[in-house]
Amino acid sequence: MPEKDVAIVGVGSSDFRRLYADKGRPNDVYQLAAEAFRDALDDCGADKRDIDGLLCINIGYGRFGEMTGLTGPAFVHDLEGTGRMSGVALQEAYALVRSGTAEMVACVYATNGRTAGLKYGGGDADPAGAYDAMYGMTSTGAYVSMMYQRYSTLYGAPEDALAPLAVNNRANGARNPIAVFQKEISRDEYMDSRFIAEPLRKLDYCIINDGAVAFIVTTADRARGLRKKPVRVAATAGRAELSRSYISPDFYYSTSAAVAEELYKKAGMGPDDIDCMQVYDNFLPTILFTLEGFGHAPRGGAWEWVRDGRVELGGERPLNTSGGHTSESYMQGFALHVEAVRQLRGEAGERQVENCRTAQYMCVSPIVTSHVLVAD
Amino acid sequence: MDVAAYTELLPEITPTNQPFWDGCAAGELRLQKCADCGRHRFPDSPVCPECLSGAASWEAVSGTGTIWSWCTMHQKYFAAFADEVPYQLVYVRLAEGPLVISTLTDGSPEPRLDQPVRAVFQPDGAGRAVVRFSAEADPR
Repeated sequence: MPEKDVAIVGVGSSDFRRLYADKGRPNDVYQLAAEAFRDALDDCGADKRDIDGLLCINIGYGRFGEMTGLTGPAFVHDLEGTGRMSGVALQEAYALVRSGTAEMVACVYATNGRTAGLKYGGGDADPAGAYDAMYGMTSTGAYVSMMYQRYSTLYGAPEDALAPLAVNNRANGARNPIAVFQKEISRDEYMDSRFIAEPLRKLDYCIINDGAVAFIVTTADRARGLRKKPVRVAATAGRAELSRSYISPDFYYSTSAAVAEELYKKAGMGPDDIDCMQVYDNFLPTILFTLEGFGHAPRGGAWEWVRDGRVELGGERPLNTSGGHTSESYMQGFALHVEAVRQLRGEAGERQVENCRTAQYMCVSPIVTSHVLVAD
Repeated sequence: MDVAAYTELLPEITPTNQPFWDGCAAGELRLQKCADCGRHRFPDSPVCPECLSGAASWEAVSGTGTIWSWCTMHQKYFAAFADEVPYQLVYVRLAEGPLVISTLTDGSPEPRLDQPVRAVFQPDGAGRAVVRFSAEADPR
């Protein structure tokens, strides 16, 4: 039996702006998750009884299944609440549907990082991490700052090299009604932002906020009977680079290049065919590492490549059109998947990329993943 | 420094990592070395990541390395270091291969990429000898 074509048919996400504005109100992850799941079902017109595969990320399937009455799916799996799981979740859903193990898979992610007061640093270190914590070293951002210190010194990137990315995310967030931050910023405002782990500034860091995302994945055949234009997963690829440190000695370049080669071969297209890029941006240097590893920008030259409007809306390859993790929301990569789908459907309103036919998601982290999504 | 909070952050001395800490107290850097393939590893680990051998010895190593990168922490993530911000951290590639987080000794020049450094052992705020690195001033 031939392998099946796979599509994302339904998406749902919280109104991140509203949740962030109401700071006094605590949010429950399961409530947020259930609402996003309901929105994703409504979006495609599927019934909850159609879901026979359930992937829960940062929440537990037991409580979620009971809460939503989704008590008997054929396949169930929890994934840890880390950003690298965003690409992995779609890969797993894709594999389940493609193989026929499940026909319609829901991926549901939720976080209440703001309500819970998460700091993403300074927590109890694992036994190996204690050798770093004893010197005061902690937080993924600080490890990325060390990678960026080396990168910027090696390649001569100036002190304001990340400013175009910070400005671009905010400019896009200003066109996204659900973005947490909707006020544009200038280069000077970026430069005035305080250091967290120098050379990185507050405006290089993702937001910590509450919200949820769900998407529904099924066969291309099944997709045709549903409400919205399906978004086909043309290809997906991944490779891990596992170590006790978040620091990759080559900024994940060789791992990303290997993923890129496999991805572009499977998709039958390359970087020049991509209309819209959604890049996992836990911290802004990650975007530079990504653009180079995936062949969009020359090695060591991404900081120059992103200047002069190339990645802005209306530029040749728009980037993080929803505002990314520094403006829209930090949904650990999941909301970037939703944005790719909205762009390919032509539902992105003021921030719509013209004639958007192909979107690429890229996540550079200890598990590097990337997908090419297309509107057929 | 909040010594009580700092003490909480220190790695617990266990039977498996005791030789490393004994080395620090004796003023030398000791790493686990695979008895089969000779690869050094840090921190201590039950098997060699190269050949999976469980046989290893602890050996004094050169104590030399190079600065891979650095950063300066401004955020107060740890109560123990709240009074220390901003403070600089370095990531050092040891001559034997492993990479370690540490700090430079007082009087070291501003770090440069791939600058040679050597391990020194100084008592920390809690009185335990810990590894830091000394960078010589650039002779040029």
